[in-house]
Amino acid sequence: MTASEATLGRRAARETAKRRRARRGQAIAAVSSLIVIGGLIALAVTSPGWPTVRDTFFSWSAFKDSFPDVAKAFWLDIKMFCVIEAAVLVVGMVVALVRTSQAAALFPLRLLAAVFVDVFRGVPVILLVYLVGFGIPALELSGLPSDPIILGGVALTLSYSAYVAEVYRSGIASIHRGQRDAALAIGLTEGQALRHVILPQAVRRVGPPLLNDFIALQKDVALVSILGVVEAFRQAQIISSSTFNYTALVGAALLYLCVTIPLSRVLDRWGIGGRRV
Amino acid sequence: MTRPLPKFLAAMATAAMLAILAGCGSTTTSSSTNSVAAADCTPDKMQTHTAGELTVATDKPAYPPYFLNNDPANGKGFESATAYAIANRLGYAPSDVNWVTEPFNSSYAPGPKDFDFDVNQISITPARAQHVDFSAPYYTANQAVVAAKGSSAASAKTLADLKDATIGVQLGTTSLDAVNTQIQPSTQPKVFNDSNDVVTALKENQVDAIVTDLPTALYITAVQVPDGTVVGQFSAPGGDQWGALLAKGSPLTPCVSLAIDELRSSGELQRIETRWMSQAANAPTLK
Repeated sequence: MTASEATLGRRAARETAKRRRARRGQAIAAVSSLIVIGGLIALAVTSPGWPTVRDTFFSWSAFKDSFPDVAKAFWLDIKMFCVIEAAVLVVGMVVALVRTSQAAALFPLRLLAAVFVDVFRGVPVILLVYLVGFGIPALELSGLPSDPIILGGVALTLSYSAYVAEVYRSGIASIHRGQRDAALAIGLTEGQALRHVILPQAVRRVGPPLLNDFIALQKDVALVSILGVVEAFRQAQIISSSTFNYTALVGAALLYLCVTIPLSRVLDRWGIGGRRV
Repeated sequence: MTRPLPKFLAAMATAAMLAILAGCGSTTTSSSTNSVAAADCTPDKMQTHTAGELTVATDKPAYPPYFLNNDPANGKGFESATAYAIANRLGYAPSDVNWVTEPFNSSYAPGPKDFDFDVNQISITPARAQHVDFSAPYYTANQAVVAAKGSSAASAKTLADLKDATIGVQLGTTSLDAVNTQIQPSTQPKVFNDSNDVVTALKENQVDAIVTDLPTALYITAVQVPDGTVVGQFSAPGGDQWGALLAKGSPLTPCVSLAIDELRSSGELQRIETRWMSQAANAPTLK
């Protein structure tokens, strides 16, 4: 047996042991999840109130009746989410760039950007939606939008831009100063260094936290319902309050999950990729 | 290497969800019109939430003309007065009546209730009666359209004239059903959390008209929106009767119904209505 054959043999043995451990881990995980999840379901199903809960929250007939209307209304959530998300990415970037700018003359803008972040990140989103939605039309200025979908979208954009600006800013701050110095040394201007060297690295690095905010936004679109907009949550509320059956709300929750769970899986993968780099 | 686990969990969760959904049987509607003798409806025989007392619920804010000054315990307003009249019929002194706040959206949640009965302009419908008990009705409400004076919606003579209007209603009211079935507007109605938001939307021209029950409409135009006018009234599909809400199968339901029936036959209910609800004789009927 040569030295290299011995190495190969040891490696194979290690691999086998690793696979065995992995299989055992999976078996233990499966059994323990079966016990825990099965136990929780059994606890719920055997509780004295279960028949009532089943009829009011998990009624198949109520689900069939309500789901098409809720799903139709959910389309509005999707459209709003896409438009608001695009606006948030742009506004957040502008605010982040202003906050990280160095020029002395830009101080007033930096101050404004800091105030923007403090205020819009500090106010509960539902309150912001309410204030913008009912406050702006009260000004009675011509030319301002009065459509609650637009006003609600503006409120959500303000709030999430404040969060996203801080995410971008942390990304920009995490790029080593040497990157900028190197870019300037090869003849790039400050702007070019930012555009071609710093931002591409910064945005890549903050991908997972950005996606995290996407998921939060996707759920918060439902807040626009307080302005009278009939989106999925409101449609489900309408049905459940007219029938006194909460199943429609469970249907709406499933729809949100249909979007947020795939997004979360993308996020997981991105996170793993990030570790590998 | 841990990849198969999430898939396994997801499959299990899906299976559990399907099992739950598939397991739901049909609900049976039990009638709450059991007759009961007045002798059984006395404070010492009735099993109330707090023994010897009557716990009555309504939402907060409590709106006029059903409650005045957001204080149900002052006996003022149509529903406050009705609740005290019911209590009196059943042998409870006003001091034995406790008021608790019960948001409309949780009033029909399964599980034990924190009240004996709930008065909150709740319309009786067969679908709702599957999950809660309703007393005999104590009021029948017409729907009314309110619009800004001088607007095109204000000049509507028929329900068809309102087809192109953007209409605002309150969540959880039968007004939305009334709008969708009687007016069938081309724009989807806007649905707000509470009465105040509906009124704000009308004031700020976010909606052309609002639909609410007639007593509320009269109050809104008299107090909250002086620029508003009651365009007209129409009856909700199947009539819109309000009843007290009780837990499903509550032993008190027959007693509360009995008290309301007695209040009606003695003319007291009508007197309470005349005292607290504005008279709507001048609101034209829309067809």
